[in-house]
Amino acid sequence: MDAVLDLLRTYSTTIAVIGVSALLALSVWLTLYAGQLTLGNAAFMGVGAYVSALLGRVLDVPFPLALVVGAFAAAVLALPLGAIVFRLRGVYLAIATLAFGEIVRVILLATPITGKGQGLNGIPPKTELWHIYLSLLVVAYVLWRVQGSSVGRAWAAIREDEIASASQGIAVGQHKLAAFVIGALIAGWAGGLSAHVTFSIDPSDFGFTKAVQVLVFAVVGGVPNVLGPILGAGVLTALPEVLRPLRDYRDIFQGAILLLVIIYLPRGLVTFVDVRRTRRLARIGAVDVA
Amino acid sequence: MLLETVGLTKRFGGVTAVDRVDLGIAEGETLGLIGPNGAGKTTLINLISGVVGADVGTIRLSGSDVTGLPAHRLAALGIARTFQGVRVFKGLTVYDNVLIGRHTRMRSDVLARLVPRPREVADPDWARSLSLIERVGLGRRRADVLAGELPYGDQRRLEIARALASEPRLLILDEPAAGMNPTESVGMRALIESLRVEGLTILLIEHDVRLVMDTCQRVVVLNFGRKIADGTPIEIQHDPAVREAYLGTEAVA
Repeated sequence: MDAVLDLLRTYSTTIAVIGVSALLALSVWLTLYAGQLTLGNAAFMGVGAYVSALLGRVLDVPFPLALVVGAFAAAVLALPLGAIVFRLRGVYLAIATLAFGEIVRVILLATPITGKGQGLNGIPPKTELWHIYLSLLVVAYVLWRVQGSSVGRAWAAIREDEIASASQGIAVGQHKLAAFVIGALIAGWAGGLSAHVTFSIDPSDFGFTKAVQVLVFAVVGGVPNVLGPILGAGVLTALPEVLRPLRDYRDIFQGAILLLVIIYLPRGLVTFVDVRRTRRLARIGAVDVA
Repeated sequence: MLLETVGLTKRFGGVTAVDRVDLGIAEGETLGLIGPNGAGKTTLINLISGVVGADVGTIRLSGSDVTGLPAHRLAALGIARTFQGVRVFKGLTVYDNVLIGRHTRMRSDVLARLVPRPREVADPDWARSLSLIERVGLGRRRADVLAGELPYGDQRRLEIARALASEPRLLILDEPAAGMNPTESVGMRALIESLRVEGLTILLIEHDVRLVMDTCQRVVVLNFGRKIADGTPIEIQHDPAVREAYLGTEAVA
């Protein structure tokens, strides 16, 4: 027991980062599950982080309320954005959402109240590990249940075939938008939590690199169910720590492991438990991500 | 009239795919739609089902104007269809395909699903969906097979089950027997026949002329986007314009 507590204490930052990463990966999983490739979630995370940190600092808003407002700020921003960008598909959709992320980053860089390039420092470390992991548990459970509901089935149908979905009475645009906005809500929440772990935030934390990283977590983990993104975030965040003894060779090994996963488990780490079903899906050419 | 189109027109670039087509389908009728390749049959049903929008013209369903409504709204109003070349959700199970067909007839169950329960209890449409799978001849033992794993002919049947799941007032079948072997084709004919007997209104597009002549009370012929004939199967078979469209005019020596 003491050993476990010791481990928790030593690696508490890494453990916190894993939990936040898993939340972010789940936020992008939503749109991926509906077959849509979006890259705006790092920016939504940034919105949640800045809004909650500033509310606490400037207006003395209590931490839980600041988190909620931060998450909703991201969702409210996602609503008009989604209404516009979901006219696009595939790569174009990805680029449009990426452009939105850059706009957010540049605005953060230029605005005095967000601290411009220096960002915000001295954010009180109010996030406890259990906040993060309770959030993760709730989000993962709810998404798992939603997956089997009429809405989850509609998302899967849209991923498979948009025209057939519409002809079955599914409001395709609304369902895509819902996935996007809920994703933004989760990303904003994760952003608020992470801002109160890391002491300081700046615009570069929420840029292109982060957007791609979040996508990689979800895709490497696997999109078939909610365990995929969690697994992906966990393994990919822990890997650099685990490989630390390899020193200079660390990046090479990390790259090699990623490559092996993509070659042998192209539908994600999580398909390891159900290789047969995955093979069946691959054989009939079913889609994972449009 | 259950469905009525007036002057329906659709152009793609310089091509007028559907040209001022007036069409009426009475309640309970089985209407056949035939015509040579490229006559505009599929475009016409894409217009009726809202997959593409019309340039000119009106579509009325039970007298009310539904022109320009998106596909999902038309589906909710009772227009269901299958696709030429089959568009089942391949990566989903047979059962899920049918359940998605019930989308417009089901209330959102997101909150109810938060508590895990076996699907026999959780899905209010469990029994109905299984009986539909059986109804089209797939057998409930295959409910959990992935749709993409079914043979082609069975995917067609599944597509019909999915369309029927929405309790349609008008069922549009786009070449349901295309690519089927003679045995499968006979089975498909029996299925369509049984739907007709139940009183379902059907718009049937088919290249298999015999299937159309046997199952339809009335047949409409399209050529170059225009309606060139409209009548009973016997009238159509003796219509000179139809013969010309299919066989060409006799060359003058």
